[in-house]
Amino acid sequence: MKARAVLRSYDGMEDQPLTPLDPAYASMLRLQFAIVALVLLAGATGAEIAIPGYTGAVWIPVIVFSLWLLIRMPMRRYAARGYSLAEERLRVVRGILFRSDTVVPFGRVQHIDVNQGPLERLFHLATLTVHTAGSHNASVSLPGLAQEDAAAMREEIRAAIRRDTQ
Amino acid sequence: MTLEAAIRPQRTHPKTFAVKAATMLTQLVVPIVVGGYTILDDGDLADLLTYFLPLIVVVIGLQFVLAYLQWTRLTYEVRESDIRVESGLLSRAARSVPYERIQDVSVEQKLIPRLFGLVEVKFETGAGGGDDLKLAYLTEAEGDRLRDTVKARREGREVSEAAVEVEVERAEANVLFAMPPRRVLTFGLFEFSLAVVAVVFGAVQQLDFLIDFDLWDIDEWQQRLAGPEQYLAGLGPLAQFVGIAAGVAALLAVGVTTGIVRTALREWNFLLERTETGLRRRRGLVTRTDVVMPIHRVQALRLKTSFVRRLFGWYGLGVVSLASDSASANHEAAPFARMQEIEPIAATTGFALPSGEMCWNRRSAKASVDGALINLAFTGAIAIPVWLFSPLWWSALVPLSIGVLGAVREYYLYRFDRHSLGDRFIYSRHGWLAPKTTIGSRVRFQSVEIKQGPLAKLRGYAVLKLGLAGGTFEVEAMPVEQAQRWRSAILDSIATTDFSQMLERKPSDAQV
Repeated sequence: MKARAVLRSYDGMEDQPLTPLDPAYASMLRLQFAIVALVLLAGATGAEIAIPGYTGAVWIPVIVFSLWLLIRMPMRRYAARGYSLAEERLRVVRGILFRSDTVVPFGRVQHIDVNQGPLERLFHLATLTVHTAGSHNASVSLPGLAQEDAAAMREEIRAAIRRDTQ
Repeated sequence: MTLEAAIRPQRTHPKTFAVKAATMLTQLVVPIVVGGYTILDDGDLADLLTYFLPLIVVVIGLQFVLAYLQWTRLTYEVRESDIRVESGLLSRAARSVPYERIQDVSVEQKLIPRLFGLVEVKFETGAGGGDDLKLAYLTEAEGDRLRDTVKARREGREVSEAAVEVEVERAEANVLFAMPPRRVLTFGLFEFSLAVVAVVFGAVQQLDFLIDFDLWDIDEWQQRLAGPEQYLAGLGPLAQFVGIAAGVAALLAVGVTTGIVRTALREWNFLLERTETGLRRRRGLVTRTDVVMPIHRVQALRLKTSFVRRLFGWYGLGVVSLASDSASANHEAAPFARMQEIEPIAATTGFALPSGEMCWNRRSAKASVDGALINLAFTGAIAIPVWLFSPLWWSALVPLSIGVLGAVREYYLYRFDRHSLGDRFIYSRHGWLAPKTTIGSRVRFQSVEIKQGPLAKLRGYAVLKLGLAGGTFEVEAMPVEQAQRWRSAILDSIATTDFSQMLERKPSDAQV
């Protein structure tokens, strides 16, 4: 699959493979972008009515952009993200143009949140956020996890913290 | 005072009320003078006295009563596991801070409390924002006692008065760094601030209606300097030069004086001592501050200098500590010192300064080339239309020279930026004219991130960002393979120590 190839080429040095996000995340992104596209189309329609003689000068670019937003963008974003929990470390990779690859060792996690927005609840997804004491990366979020996976990951990290402090 | 007494709820010192009243009065003086002045303009002094004096007395009286009632209702309690403060007249508030969460205890003396021999004690919890616990005002002795109690409780020791006394006495003997008046004045000279000069310059321009002649009219200056005999004016260009020189000298004098006064106020009698658990810093002329930085909470060191300071061999040492994310906690361990004075301080914190035989890495040459080219392309894109279309073709030199300066900076960064991964520490020197060296401990980082923009991805370099409690540690323009190597090395080090162990470990066995 193309998605995995992109991830591999980035971290040729790292031997651990990344886990892709839940496929429902791509659908959720598509729904999110559909809402954005609707707003854009409404604006474009308004502009077309204001400009005399329906030229399509606003409509056509907006429709093209919306199609790209709906068809291409969700898969690209989905493919660009991944995570790993290997070796008691949470690794979060994200970004298409601007790549970022963040690792938080379990021993440095202060507290953990599992959040669900209204759209995420619709798709049974959740966002896992770990908080550290650092000023940079004070909180690292990982969206697009299946609800049960997020809860399981929280338990795993919490168990690791408790083991360390005892 | 015995320990028994300390466990019951206590009030702050009765003189607190007097200090608050005095502070309030000084704050009221300005409005009263201004108000009085405007009213007096109307003339009738007798009317003024009959109507306004009682009003002012009543307002001040009410404030006093309120301050007194608030004082009676504020109590603090040093308990087994926490400090508790209850306060409030109509709505009651109770705050409890467990000893484990107190990062630092600082004792501050502002001018008015100082006259009464009182201090304000602040318990920093690292919560960020203004959520720290404050106690105003206590006697100096009570402040010291409270701090020592908190420190000892946090470490789970029993406190007796005697032990505290001994610790204080021993602390006096271990001076790590001090700045005598002479040093403070030298420091002040280097604190010459162009910003202040600019502000004065701007203010003079704004207020030029106060001066009865045009500040920017050279002829006028000439006449003034020349005096009645017109002697200097006869000298022509020389007089002009004298005029300009006098103006510049006046501005420079303002800049230098401001620098010296500000520095003297802040740094007077600077004293850094080694106490049982950490570094204790006292400084200040009017407002005397007293801060303890526990050594096992030191996260990183920063070695700073400036362009001019470096030429004379002066450096500053700063400490990044867990509690320093509250903006008020300024952790300068030695703001103005020689390298040989800084070395023992760094050794005390358990960090090693960069040594000669270390293996340094340069930043990626590709990143510097890219940076320089982008700089030139961007400023060139501005310069070309200016050159072609502007009537003043030479104004294109302005963006061009900025571009060239940017390119030179990139070259300097490539030449002088260095980073090194040691067995226990990480070093990074970054900067063009005034390089800053940051020393981090491998086990004290919170997270590791590798970041790449589109160009960086194409050319194979990255930014390595390390999460650090109370500061940042960043190495820019690192070859990506090296960044990955560093990341796994640092992550392996982090895995050896848990965060809670790192916090509570005593300095004696601290594995920094």
